[in-house]
Amino acid sequence: MFDKSISELHSLLHKKELSVSELVQSSFDRINSVENKVKAFMTLNEEGAMQAAKSLDDKLGTEDARGLLFGLPIGVKDNIVTKGLRTTAASQLLGNFEPLHNATVVERLQAAETVTVGKLNMDEFAMGSSNENSGFYATRNPWNTDYVPGGSSGGSAASVAAGEVFFSLGSDTGGSIRQPAAFCGVVGLKPTYGRVSRFGLIAFASSLDQIGPITNTVEDNAYLLQTLAGHDKMDSTSANVDVPDYLTSLTGDVKGLRIAVPKEYLAEGVDEDVKNKVLAALKKLEELGATWEEVSLPHSKYAVATYYLLSSSEASANLARFDGVRYGVRAEADNLLDVYKKTRSEGFGEEVKRRIMLGTFALSSGYYDAYYKKAQKVRTLIKNDFEKVFEDYDVIIGPTTPTPAFKVGEKIDNPLTMYANDILTIPVNLAGVPAISVPCGLSNGLPVGLQIIGKHFDEKTVYRVAHAYEQATDHHKAKPEL
Amino acid sequence: MSRITNEQVKHVANLARLEMDESEVEKFTTQLDDIISMAEQLNELDTENVEPTTHVLDLKNVLREDKVQPWLSREDALKNAPDQENGQVKVPSILE
Repeated sequence: MFDKSISELHSLLHKKELSVSELVQSSFDRINSVENKVKAFMTLNEEGAMQAAKSLDDKLGTEDARGLLFGLPIGVKDNIVTKGLRTTAASQLLGNFEPLHNATVVERLQAAETVTVGKLNMDEFAMGSSNENSGFYATRNPWNTDYVPGGSSGGSAASVAAGEVFFSLGSDTGGSIRQPAAFCGVVGLKPTYGRVSRFGLIAFASSLDQIGPITNTVEDNAYLLQTLAGHDKMDSTSANVDVPDYLTSLTGDVKGLRIAVPKEYLAEGVDEDVKNKVLAALKKLEELGATWEEVSLPHSKYAVATYYLLSSSEASANLARFDGVRYGVRAEADNLLDVYKKTRSEGFGEEVKRRIMLGTFALSSGYYDAYYKKAQKVRTLIKNDFEKVFEDYDVIIGPTTPTPAFKVGEKIDNPLTMYANDILTIPVNLAGVPAISVPCGLSNGLPVGLQIIGKHFDEKTVYRVAHAYEQATDHHKAKPEL
Repeated sequence: MSRITNEQVKHVANLARLEMDESEVEKFTTQLDDIISMAEQLNELDTENVEPTTHVLDLKNVLREDKVQPWLSREDALKNAPDQENGQVKVPSILE
Protein backbone atom coordinates (compact mmCIF):
# COMPACT_ATOMS: atom_id res chain seq x y z
CA MET A 1 0.00 0.00 0.00
CA PHE A 2 2.61 2.54 1.04
CA ASP A 3 4.53 2.41 -2.22
CA LYS A 4 1.51 4.01 -3.88
CA SER A 5 1.74 7.55 -5.21
CA ILE A 6 -0.75 10.32 -4.53
CA SER A 7 -2.29 10.02 -7.99
CA GLU A 8 -2.62 6.21 -7.67
CA LEU A 9 -4.32 6.55 -4.30
CA HIS A 10 -6.60 9.24 -5.64
CA SER A 11 -7.64 6.96 -8.43
CA LEU A 12 -8.28 4.01 -6.05
CA LEU A 13 -10.45 6.21 -3.84
CA HIS A 14 -12.25 7.70 -6.80
CA LYS A 15 -13.09 4.28 -8.23
CA LYS A 16 -14.28 3.26 -4.77
CA GLU A 17 -11.80 0.40 -4.66
CA LEU A 18 -10.62 1.81 -1.37
CA SER A 19 -12.37 3.85 1.31
CA VAL A 20 -10.79 6.68 3.26
CA SER A 21 -11.41 4.72 6.47
CA GLU A 22 -9.54 1.71 5.11
CA LEU A 23 -6.69 3.90 3.96
CA VAL A 24 -6.37 5.73 7.27
CA GLN A 25 -6.72 2.43 9.18
CA SER A 26 -3.87 0.97 7.12
CA SER A 27 -1.73 3.91 8.23
CA PHE A 28 -2.44 3.14 11.89
CA ASP A 29 -1.87 -0.60 11.30
CA ARG A 30 1.55 0.16 9.90
CA ILE A 31 2.28 2.56 12.76
CA ASN A 32 1.29 -0.16 15.25
CA SER A 33 3.61 -2.69 13.67
CA VAL A 34 6.78 -0.57 13.23
CA GLU A 35 6.52 2.38 15.61
CA ASN A 36 8.23 0.56 18.48
CA LYS A 37 11.37 0.41 16.31
CA VAL A 38 11.13 3.79 14.56
CA LYS A 39 9.54 6.06 17.20
CA ALA A 40 8.66 8.66 14.57
CA PHE A 41 5.51 9.95 16.26
CA MET A 42 5.11 12.17 19.27
CA THR A 43 1.31 12.15 19.47
CA LEU A 44 -1.20 9.98 17.60
CA ASN A 45 -4.59 11.30 16.57
CA GLU A 46 -6.30 7.95 16.05
CA GLU A 47 -9.78 8.84 17.25
CA GLY A 48 -9.88 12.19 15.45
CA ALA A 49 -8.42 10.75 12.26
CA MET A 50 -10.83 7.80 12.08
CA GLN A 51 -13.75 10.14 12.69
CA ALA A 52 -12.57 12.49 9.95
CA ALA A 53 -12.07 9.53 7.61
CA LYS A 54 -15.62 8.36 8.23
CA SER A 55 -17.12 11.72 7.33
CA LEU A 56 -14.92 11.95 4.22
CA ASP A 57 -16.18 8.54 3.13
CA ASP A 58 -19.66 10.06 2.91
CA LYS A 59 -18.32 12.52 0.36
CA LEU A 60 -16.56 9.90 -1.76
CA GLY A 61 -17.88 9.83 -5.28
CA THR A 62 -19.31 13.35 -5.05
CA GLU A 63 -17.96 16.54 -6.58
CA ASP A 64 -16.47 17.46 -3.19
CA ALA A 65 -14.00 14.59 -3.38
CA ARG A 66 -12.19 15.78 -6.49
CA GLY A 67 -9.09 17.20 -4.80
CA LEU A 68 -5.97 15.12 -5.30
CA LEU A 69 -5.11 14.99 -1.62
CA PHE A 70 -8.68 14.10 -0.61
CA GLY A 71 -8.71 11.49 2.16
CA LEU A 72 -4.97 10.92 2.34
CA PRO A 73 -3.33 10.46 5.76
CA ILE A 74 -0.54 12.88 6.70
CA GLY A 75 1.91 13.40 9.55
CA VAL A 76 2.80 16.88 10.79
CA LYS A 77 6.02 17.91 12.50
CA ASP A 78 5.42 18.73 16.13
CA ASN A 79 6.50 22.38 15.86
CA ILE A 80 3.51 23.15 13.60
CA VAL A 81 0.47 23.97 15.69
CA THR A 82 -2.70 21.89 15.35
CA LYS A 83 -5.89 23.04 17.05
CA GLY A 84 -6.75 20.83 20.00
CA LEU A 85 -4.02 18.33 19.13
CA ARG A 86 -1.05 18.40 21.52
CA THR A 87 1.92 20.26 20.05
CA THR A 88 5.18 20.05 22.01
CA ALA A 89 8.03 20.98 19.61
CA ALA A 90 9.59 17.95 21.39
CA SER A 91 10.13 20.10 24.48
CA GLN A 92 9.21 19.04 28.01
CA LEU A 93 8.29 22.68 28.54
CA LEU A 94 5.38 22.31 26.11
CA GLY A 95 4.53 18.75 27.15
CA ASN A 96 0.89 19.67 27.88
CA PHE A 97 0.31 22.34 25.22
CA GLU A 98 -2.92 22.19 23.22
CA PRO A 99 -2.95 24.93 20.55
CA LEU A 100 -6.00 27.15 20.13
CA HIS A 101 -5.61 27.48 16.37
CA ASN A 102 -4.19 25.75 13.31
CA ALA A 103 -1.08 26.80 11.42
CA THR A 104 -1.94 28.14 7.95
CA VAL A 105 -0.38 25.04 6.35
CA VAL A 106 -2.61 22.82 8.49
CA GLU A 107 -5.66 24.88 7.47
CA ARG A 108 -4.69 24.43 3.83
CA LEU A 109 -4.23 20.67 4.23
CA GLN A 110 -7.59 20.44 5.96
CA ALA A 111 -9.21 22.42 3.18
CA ALA A 112 -7.68 19.84 0.81
CA GLU A 113 -9.31 17.20 3.09
CA THR A 114 -6.24 15.31 4.16
CA VAL A 115 -6.40 13.41 7.46
CA THR A 116 -3.84 14.23 10.17
CA VAL A 117 -2.84 10.93 11.76
CA GLY A 118 -0.43 12.45 14.25
CA LYS A 119 2.42 14.76 15.23
CA LEU A 120 5.99 13.84 14.43
CA ASN A 121 9.02 13.70 16.68
CA MET A 122 11.91 16.13 16.14
CA ASP A 123 14.89 17.72 17.83
CA GLU A 124 13.61 20.05 20.54
CA PHE A 125 12.52 23.37 18.95
CA ALA A 126 14.12 22.08 15.70
CA MET A 127 17.63 22.43 17.12
CA GLY A 128 19.65 19.43 16.06
CA SER A 129 20.69 17.15 13.24
CA SER A 130 19.97 13.69 14.67
CA ASN A 131 16.70 13.73 16.62
CA GLU A 132 18.75 12.88 19.71
CA ASN A 133 17.80 16.31 21.09
CA SER A 134 14.12 15.40 21.38
CA GLY A 135 13.00 16.09 24.94
CA PHE A 136 11.12 12.77 24.92
CA TYR A 137 12.83 10.01 22.90
CA ALA A 138 14.96 9.70 19.77
CA THR A 139 13.53 8.60 16.42
CA ARG A 140 15.58 5.89 14.67
CA ASN A 141 16.52 5.46 11.01
CA PRO A 142 14.19 2.90 9.34
CA TRP A 143 17.10 1.65 7.18
CA ASN A 144 19.09 0.65 10.24
CA THR A 145 17.80 1.45 13.70
CA ASP A 146 21.33 1.78 15.11
CA TYR A 147 21.58 4.95 13.03
CA VAL A 148 20.02 8.41 13.41
CA PRO A 149 17.26 9.50 11.01
CA GLY A 150 18.77 12.98 10.81
CA GLY A 151 17.15 16.10 12.11
CA SER A 152 15.51 18.14 13.04
CA SER A 153 12.55 16.77 10.99
CA GLY A 154 13.71 13.21 11.77
CA GLY A 155 10.21 11.93 12.59
CA SER A 156 8.82 13.50 9.40
CA ALA A 157 11.39 11.73 7.20
CA ALA A 158 11.40 8.42 9.10
CA SER A 159 7.59 8.14 9.09
CA VAL A 160 7.50 8.42 5.28
CA ALA A 161 10.48 6.06 4.81
CA ALA A 162 8.89 3.51 7.17
CA GLY A 163 5.58 3.63 5.28
CA GLU A 164 3.61 4.97 8.24
CA VAL A 165 2.29 7.88 6.15
CA PHE A 166 2.52 8.80 2.45
CA PHE A 167 3.82 12.26 3.17
CA SER A 168 4.55 14.64 5.98
CA LEU A 169 5.38 18.24 6.79
CA GLY A 170 8.78 19.25 8.08
CA SER A 171 10.53 22.56 8.69
CA ASP A 172 13.99 23.58 7.55
CA THR A 173 16.13 26.26 9.21
CA GLY A 174 19.62 24.99 8.30
CA GLY A 175 18.86 21.68 6.57
CA SER A 176 16.18 20.19 8.82
CA ILE A 177 14.05 18.87 5.92
CA ARG A 178 16.78 17.97 3.42
CA GLN A 179 19.26 16.28 5.77
CA PRO A 180 16.76 13.79 7.30
CA ALA A 181 15.24 13.23 3.83
CA ALA A 182 18.74 12.31 2.61
CA PHE A 183 19.42 10.05 5.62
CA CYS A 184 16.07 8.25 5.26
CA GLY A 185 16.03 7.97 1.46
CA VAL A 186 12.98 10.15 0.76
CA VAL A 187 12.27 13.40 -1.10
CA GLY A 188 12.37 16.63 0.93
CA LEU A 189 11.98 20.21 -0.29
CA LYS A 190 12.89 23.43 1.45
CA PRO A 191 10.94 26.03 -0.50
CA THR A 192 12.17 29.57 -1.14
CA TYR A 193 12.01 31.68 2.01
CA GLY A 194 8.55 33.28 1.88
CA ARG A 195 7.00 30.69 -0.45
CA VAL A 196 5.04 28.98 2.35
CA SER A 197 3.41 30.72 5.31
CA ARG A 198 5.14 30.33 8.66
CA PHE A 199 2.04 31.31 10.62
CA GLY A 200 1.67 28.67 13.32
CA LEU A 201 5.21 27.36 13.02
CA ILE A 202 6.82 27.59 16.47
CA ALA A 203 9.62 29.98 15.56
CA PHE A 204 13.28 28.97 15.86
CA ALA A 205 15.07 31.48 13.58
CA SER A 206 12.49 33.62 11.83
CA SER A 207 14.69 34.83 8.96
CA LEU A 208 15.63 31.23 8.04
CA ASP A 209 12.68 28.95 8.97
CA GLN A 210 10.58 27.49 6.17
CA ILE A 211 7.96 24.70 6.13
CA GLY A 212 8.13 22.10 3.34
CA PRO A 213 6.89 18.67 2.23
CA ILE A 214 8.57 15.26 2.65
CA THR A 215 7.34 12.58 0.24
CA ASN A 216 8.21 9.33 -1.55
CA THR A 217 8.48 10.91 -4.99
CA VAL A 218 9.10 14.26 -6.65
CA GLU A 219 5.62 14.25 -8.17
CA ASP A 220 4.01 13.79 -4.74
CA ASN A 221 6.19 16.60 -3.45
CA ALA A 222 4.95 18.97 -6.17
CA TYR A 223 1.32 18.11 -5.33
CA LEU A 224 1.96 19.01 -1.71
CA LEU A 225 3.74 22.30 -2.45
CA GLN A 226 0.91 23.27 -4.77
CA THR A 227 -1.40 23.06 -1.75
CA LEU A 228 0.96 24.74 0.74
CA ALA A 229 2.39 27.63 -1.29
CA GLY A 230 1.13 31.17 -1.48
CA HIS A 231 0.77 34.44 0.34
CA ASP A 232 -0.88 34.51 3.76
CA LYS A 233 -1.97 37.72 5.39
CA MET A 234 -1.17 36.19 8.77
CA ASP A 235 2.54 36.00 7.84
CA SER A 236 3.90 39.32 6.59
CA THR A 237 7.10 37.59 5.46
CA SER A 238 5.21 35.25 3.14
CA ALA A 239 5.75 36.55 -0.37
CA ASN A 240 3.04 37.98 -2.55
CA VAL A 241 4.34 36.14 -5.60
CA ASP A 242 2.16 34.07 -7.96
CA VAL A 243 2.19 30.31 -7.42
CA PRO A 244 2.85 28.54 -10.73
CA ASP A 245 1.54 25.12 -11.70
CA TYR A 246 4.34 22.88 -10.45
CA LEU A 247 3.02 19.74 -12.15
CA THR A 248 3.60 21.16 -15.61
CA SER A 249 7.35 21.20 -14.90
CA LEU A 250 7.50 17.41 -14.51
CA THR A 251 8.32 16.77 -18.14
CA GLY A 252 11.48 14.66 -17.86
CA ASP A 253 13.14 17.13 -20.21
CA VAL A 254 16.42 18.69 -19.08
CA LYS A 255 17.98 19.28 -22.50
CA GLY A 256 20.15 22.38 -22.49
CA LEU A 257 19.94 22.76 -18.71
CA ARG A 258 23.03 24.41 -17.23
CA ILE A 259 24.19 22.84 -13.95
CA ALA A 260 26.76 24.40 -11.61
CA VAL A 261 28.70 22.11 -9.27
CA PRO A 262 30.49 24.03 -6.50
CA LYS A 263 33.96 22.63 -5.89
CA GLU A 264 33.45 23.35 -2.18
CA TYR A 265 30.61 20.78 -2.15
CA LEU A 266 32.86 17.95 -3.31
CA ALA A 267 35.88 18.95 -1.25
CA GLU A 268 37.74 17.37 1.62
CA GLY A 269 35.39 16.09 4.30
CA VAL A 270 32.88 14.74 1.80
CA ASP A 271 32.79 10.94 1.88
CA GLU A 272 34.26 9.27 -1.27
CA ASP A 273 31.20 7.12 -1.82
CA VAL A 274 28.87 10.13 -1.49
CA LYS A 275 31.04 12.02 -3.98
CA ASN A 276 30.89 9.13 -6.47
CA LYS A 277 27.11 8.89 -6.18
CA VAL A 278 26.79 12.61 -6.94
CA LEU A 279 29.16 12.33 -9.92
CA ALA A 280 27.12 9.38 -11.21
CA ALA A 281 23.96 11.48 -10.91
CA LEU A 282 25.61 14.30 -12.88
CA LYS A 283 26.58 11.79 -15.56
CA LYS A 284 22.97 10.63 -15.72
CA LEU A 285 21.77 14.24 -16.15
CA GLU A 286 24.39 14.70 -18.85
CA GLU A 287 22.99 11.68 -20.70
CA LEU A 288 19.60 13.38 -20.50
CA GLY A 289 20.99 16.45 -22.26
CA ALA A 290 22.11 18.75 -19.44
CA THR A 291 25.61 20.16 -19.10
CA TRP A 292 27.58 20.77 -15.92
CA GLU A 293 30.60 22.79 -14.93
CA GLU A 294 32.57 23.29 -11.76
CA VAL A 295 32.05 26.66 -10.06
CA SER A 296 33.00 28.21 -6.74
CA LEU A 297 30.90 29.43 -3.83
CA PRO A 298 33.95 30.96 -2.16
CA HIS A 299 32.33 31.87 1.17
CA SER A 300 30.92 28.37 1.86
CA LYS A 301 33.40 27.66 4.62
CA TYR A 302 32.08 30.60 6.64
CA ALA A 303 28.47 29.43 6.48
CA VAL A 304 28.42 27.24 9.59
CA ALA A 305 29.81 29.97 11.87
CA THR A 306 27.51 32.59 10.30
CA TYR A 307 24.51 30.32 10.70
CA TYR A 308 25.12 29.43 14.35
CA LEU A 309 25.55 33.08 15.30
CA LEU A 310 22.44 34.28 13.45
CA SER A 311 20.10 31.37 14.14
CA SER A 312 21.04 31.23 17.83
CA SER A 313 20.57 34.99 18.19
CA GLU A 314 17.11 34.80 16.64
CA ALA A 315 16.32 31.73 18.76
CA SER A 316 17.32 33.46 21.99
CA ALA A 317 14.74 36.15 21.22
CA ASN A 318 12.04 33.77 19.94
CA LEU A 319 12.33 31.43 22.90
CA ALA A 320 12.02 34.23 25.45
CA ARG A 321 8.26 33.67 25.33
CA PHE A 322 8.58 30.30 27.06
CA ASP A 323 8.40 31.50 30.63
CA GLY A 324 5.71 29.32 32.17
CA VAL A 325 3.17 32.16 32.51
CA ARG A 326 0.54 31.75 29.78
CA TYR A 327 1.16 28.15 28.71
CA GLY A 328 3.56 25.28 29.17
CA VAL A 329 4.75 23.39 32.22
CA ARG A 330 5.44 25.89 34.99
CA ALA A 331 7.99 25.17 37.72
CA GLU A 332 6.82 26.46 41.09
CA ALA A 333 8.80 29.13 42.94
CA ASP A 334 8.17 31.94 45.45
CA ASN A 335 8.65 34.85 43.09
CA LEU A 336 8.15 35.52 39.40
CA LEU A 337 11.82 35.78 38.45
CA ASP A 338 12.49 32.34 39.92
CA VAL A 339 9.43 30.93 38.11
CA TYR A 340 10.99 32.10 34.83
CA LYS A 341 14.41 30.68 35.66
CA LYS A 342 13.21 27.34 37.04
CA THR A 343 10.64 26.81 34.27
CA ARG A 344 13.22 27.42 31.57
CA SER A 345 16.07 25.54 33.26
CA GLU A 346 13.94 22.46 33.92
CA GLY A 347 11.94 22.64 30.69
CA PHE A 348 14.67 23.21 28.07
CA GLY A 349 17.14 20.52 27.04
CA GLU A 350 20.88 21.03 26.84
CA GLU A 351 21.18 21.94 23.16
CA VAL A 352 18.40 24.51 23.43
CA LYS A 353 20.14 26.10 26.43
CA ARG A 354 23.44 26.13 24.53
CA ARG A 355 21.88 27.99 21.60
CA ILE A 356 20.06 30.44 23.86
CA MET A 357 23.36 31.12 25.65
CA LEU A 358 25.25 31.63 22.39
CA GLY A 359 22.52 33.87 20.99
CA THR A 360 22.17 35.94 24.15
CA PHE A 361 25.95 36.38 24.21
CA ALA A 362 26.12 37.40 20.53
CA LEU A 363 23.38 39.99 21.05
CA SER A 364 24.63 41.30 24.39
CA SER A 365 26.07 44.74 24.89
CA GLY A 366 29.66 44.99 23.68
CA TYR A 367 29.49 41.90 21.43
CA TYR A 368 26.66 42.77 19.04
CA ASP A 369 28.85 44.35 16.34
CA ALA A 370 31.66 41.81 16.65
CA TYR A 371 29.47 38.74 16.29
CA TYR A 372 25.85 39.35 15.28
CA LYS A 373 26.36 42.22 12.86
CA LYS A 374 29.52 40.65 11.46
CA ALA A 375 27.57 37.45 10.73
CA GLN A 376 24.83 39.45 8.99
CA LYS A 377 27.47 40.97 6.72
CA VAL A 378 28.98 37.60 5.90
CA ARG A 379 25.45 36.40 5.14
CA THR A 380 25.38 39.04 2.39
CA LEU A 381 28.60 37.62 0.93
CA ILE A 382 27.19 34.08 0.98
CA LYS A 383 23.97 35.24 -0.66
CA ASN A 384 25.98 37.11 -3.33
CA ASP A 385 27.93 33.90 -4.10
CA PHE A 386 24.67 32.21 -5.10
CA GLU A 387 23.39 35.17 -7.10
CA LYS A 388 26.61 35.31 -9.08
CA VAL A 389 26.48 31.60 -9.99
CA PHE A 390 22.81 31.86 -10.94
CA GLU A 391 23.64 34.53 -13.53
CA ASP A 392 25.10 31.73 -15.67
CA TYR A 393 23.44 28.53 -14.47
CA ASP A 394 19.91 27.16 -13.92
CA VAL A 395 20.57 24.98 -10.87
CA ILE A 396 23.36 24.14 -8.44
CA ILE A 397 23.92 20.47 -7.61
CA GLY A 398 25.90 18.73 -4.89
CA PRO A 399 25.45 16.24 -2.06
CA THR A 400 22.86 17.03 0.63
CA THR A 401 25.18 15.88 3.41
CA PRO A 402 28.92 15.10 3.55
CA THR A 403 28.23 11.53 4.78
CA PRO A 404 25.32 9.10 5.05
CA ALA A 405 23.56 8.74 8.42
CA PHE A 406 25.81 8.33 11.47
CA LYS A 407 25.31 6.06 14.48
CA VAL A 408 23.15 7.03 17.43
CA GLY A 409 25.48 8.54 20.07
CA GLU A 410 28.36 9.12 17.64
CA LYS A 411 28.26 12.93 17.52
CA ILE A 412 26.05 13.97 20.38
CA ASP A 413 28.90 14.82 22.79
CA ASN A 414 30.60 17.31 20.51
CA PRO A 415 28.41 20.21 19.33
CA LEU A 416 30.92 21.37 16.69
CA THR A 417 31.12 17.95 15.00
CA MET A 418 27.33 17.82 14.95
CA TYR A 419 27.09 21.35 13.50
CA ALA A 420 29.60 20.51 10.71
CA ASN A 421 27.16 17.93 9.41
CA ASP A 422 24.97 20.76 8.05
CA ILE A 423 27.74 22.45 6.05
CA LEU A 424 26.11 21.76 2.64
CA THR A 425 22.55 22.67 3.59
CA ILE A 426 23.08 25.81 5.70
CA PRO A 427 24.23 28.14 2.88
CA VAL A 428 20.89 27.57 1.12
CA ASN A 429 18.93 28.91 4.10
CA LEU A 430 21.26 31.88 4.46
CA ALA A 431 20.65 32.75 0.79
CA GLY A 432 16.91 31.99 1.06
CA VAL A 433 16.84 29.91 -2.13
CA PRO A 434 14.87 26.64 -2.62
CA ALA A 435 16.52 23.19 -2.58
CA ILE A 436 15.41 19.58 -2.71
CA SER A 437 17.05 16.34 -1.59
CA VAL A 438 16.32 13.24 -3.69
CA PRO A 439 17.70 9.71 -3.16
CA CYS A 440 20.75 8.92 -5.35
CA GLY A 441 21.73 5.46 -4.14
CA LEU A 442 22.81 3.48 -1.09
CA SER A 443 26.18 3.49 0.63
CA ASN A 444 26.68 0.43 2.87
CA GLY A 445 22.92 0.03 3.04
CA LEU A 446 22.24 3.68 3.98
CA PRO A 447 20.68 6.25 1.62
CA VAL A 448 22.61 9.13 0.05
CA GLY A 449 20.89 12.39 -0.92
CA LEU A 450 21.42 14.52 -4.02
CA GLN A 451 20.79 18.22 -3.43
CA ILE A 452 19.40 20.39 -6.23
CA ILE A 453 19.36 24.13 -5.49
CA GLY A 454 17.40 26.69 -7.52
CA LYS A 455 16.91 30.43 -7.90
CA HIS A 456 14.52 32.37 -5.66
CA PHE A 457 10.93 31.22 -6.34
CA ASP A 458 12.09 28.81 -9.05
CA GLU A 459 10.91 25.57 -7.42
CA LYS A 460 9.64 24.65 -10.90
CA THR A 461 13.13 24.14 -12.29
CA VAL A 462 14.22 22.33 -9.11
CA TYR A 463 11.29 19.92 -9.53
CA ARG A 464 11.95 19.52 -13.26
CA VAL A 465 15.54 18.42 -12.67
CA ALA A 466 14.71 16.25 -9.64
CA HIS A 467 11.87 14.52 -11.49
CA ALA A 468 13.90 13.89 -14.65
CA TYR A 469 16.70 12.36 -12.58
CA GLU A 470 14.31 10.31 -10.44
CA GLN A 471 12.46 8.90 -13.43
CA ALA A 472 15.73 7.96 -15.15
CA THR A 473 16.90 5.97 -12.10
CA ASP A 474 15.48 3.43 -9.63
CA HIS A 475 16.86 4.89 -6.41
CA HIS A 476 13.49 6.16 -5.19
CA LYS A 477 12.09 2.62 -5.39
CA ALA A 478 14.46 1.25 -2.74
CA LYS A 479 12.63 0.78 0.58
CA PRO A 480 13.95 -0.20 4.00
CA GLU A 481 13.04 -3.56 5.50
CA LEU A 482 11.57 -3.21 8.94
CA MET B 1 43.76 32.12 25.76
CA SER B 2 40.19 31.63 26.81
CA ARG B 3 37.77 34.11 25.26
CA ILE B 4 34.87 33.32 27.56
CA THR B 5 35.05 33.34 31.35
CA ASN B 6 32.85 31.67 33.99
CA GLU B 7 31.71 35.13 35.07
CA GLN B 8 30.54 35.96 31.54
CA VAL B 9 28.60 32.72 31.35
CA LYS B 10 26.86 33.49 34.65
CA HIS B 11 26.02 36.99 33.42
CA VAL B 12 24.61 35.72 30.11
CA ALA B 13 22.66 32.93 31.87
CA ASN B 14 20.99 35.56 34.03
CA LEU B 15 20.09 37.67 30.98
CA ALA B 16 18.59 34.54 29.38
CA ARG B 17 16.71 33.65 32.57
CA LEU B 18 18.49 30.33 33.00
CA GLU B 19 19.95 29.03 36.25
CA MET B 20 23.05 26.86 36.32
CA ASP B 21 25.11 25.05 38.88
CA GLU B 22 28.91 25.36 38.89
CA SER B 23 29.49 22.26 36.75
CA GLU B 24 27.09 23.52 34.09
CA VAL B 25 28.81 26.92 34.14
CA GLU B 26 32.15 25.14 33.57
CA LYS B 27 30.75 23.09 30.68
CA PHE B 28 29.07 26.04 28.95
CA THR B 29 32.20 28.15 29.37
CA THR B 30 34.26 25.55 27.49
CA GLN B 31 31.62 24.91 24.82
CA LEU B 32 30.82 28.58 24.18
CA ASP B 33 34.54 29.27 23.98
CA ASP B 34 34.88 26.58 21.29
CA ILE B 35 31.94 27.96 19.31
CA ILE B 36 33.11 31.56 19.59
CA SER B 37 36.61 30.47 18.50
CA MET B 38 35.04 29.01 15.38
CA ALA B 39 33.11 32.25 14.88
CA GLU B 40 36.36 34.21 15.00
CA GLN B 41 37.19 32.87 11.53
CA LEU B 42 34.68 35.41 10.16
CA ASN B 43 37.26 38.08 11.02
CA GLU B 44 39.40 36.82 8.12
CA LEU B 45 36.89 38.59 5.87
CA ASP B 46 36.94 42.29 5.18
CA THR B 47 33.31 43.37 5.52
CA GLU B 48 33.97 47.09 5.88
CA ASN B 49 31.79 48.02 2.88
CA VAL B 50 29.31 45.13 3.03
CA GLU B 51 25.69 45.81 3.95
CA PRO B 52 24.28 43.40 6.56
CA THR B 53 21.45 41.06 5.44
CA THR B 54 18.61 41.05 7.94
CA HIS B 55 16.21 39.46 5.51
CA VAL B 56 16.60 37.77 2.12
CA LEU B 57 13.47 39.19 0.54
CA ASP B 58 12.97 42.81 -0.32
CA LEU B 59 10.35 43.46 2.34
CA LYS B 60 8.46 46.60 3.11
CA ASN B 61 6.42 47.39 6.17
CA VAL B 62 3.02 45.76 6.03
CA LEU B 63 0.29 47.94 7.49
CA ARG B 64 -3.37 47.34 8.21
CA GLU B 65 -6.20 49.36 9.65
CA ASP B 66 -6.30 49.29 13.45
CA LYS B 67 -9.77 47.84 13.84
CA VAL B 68 -11.36 45.84 16.68
CA GLN B 69 -12.01 42.26 15.60
CA PRO B 70 -13.42 39.21 17.34
CA TRP B 71 -10.72 37.04 18.89
CA LEU B 72 -10.39 34.20 21.37
CA SER B 73 -12.83 33.98 24.23
CA ARG B 74 -11.36 34.62 27.67
CA GLU B 75 -11.98 30.99 28.54
CA ASP B 76 -10.00 29.78 25.51
CA ALA B 77 -7.22 32.27 26.07
CA LEU B 78 -6.74 30.91 29.59
CA LYS B 79 -7.02 27.26 28.60
CA ASN B 80 -3.29 26.59 28.61
CA ALA B 81 -2.43 28.87 31.55
CA PRO B 82 -0.74 26.92 34.38
CA ASP B 83 -2.56 29.01 37.00
CA GLN B 84 -5.46 31.46 36.87
CA GLU B 85 -7.86 33.40 39.06
CA ASN B 86 -10.90 35.57 38.26
CA GLY B 87 -10.38 35.18 34.53
CA GLN B 88 -6.73 36.24 34.64
CA VAL B 89 -3.37 34.51 34.47
CA LYS B 90 -1.96 34.16 37.98
CA VAL B 91 1.73 34.38 38.87
CA PRO B 92 3.59 34.60 42.18
CA SER B 93 4.50 37.91 43.71
CA ILE B 94 6.78 40.17 41.71
CA LEU B 95 7.86 42.20 44.76
CA GLU B 96 10.01 40.72 47.50
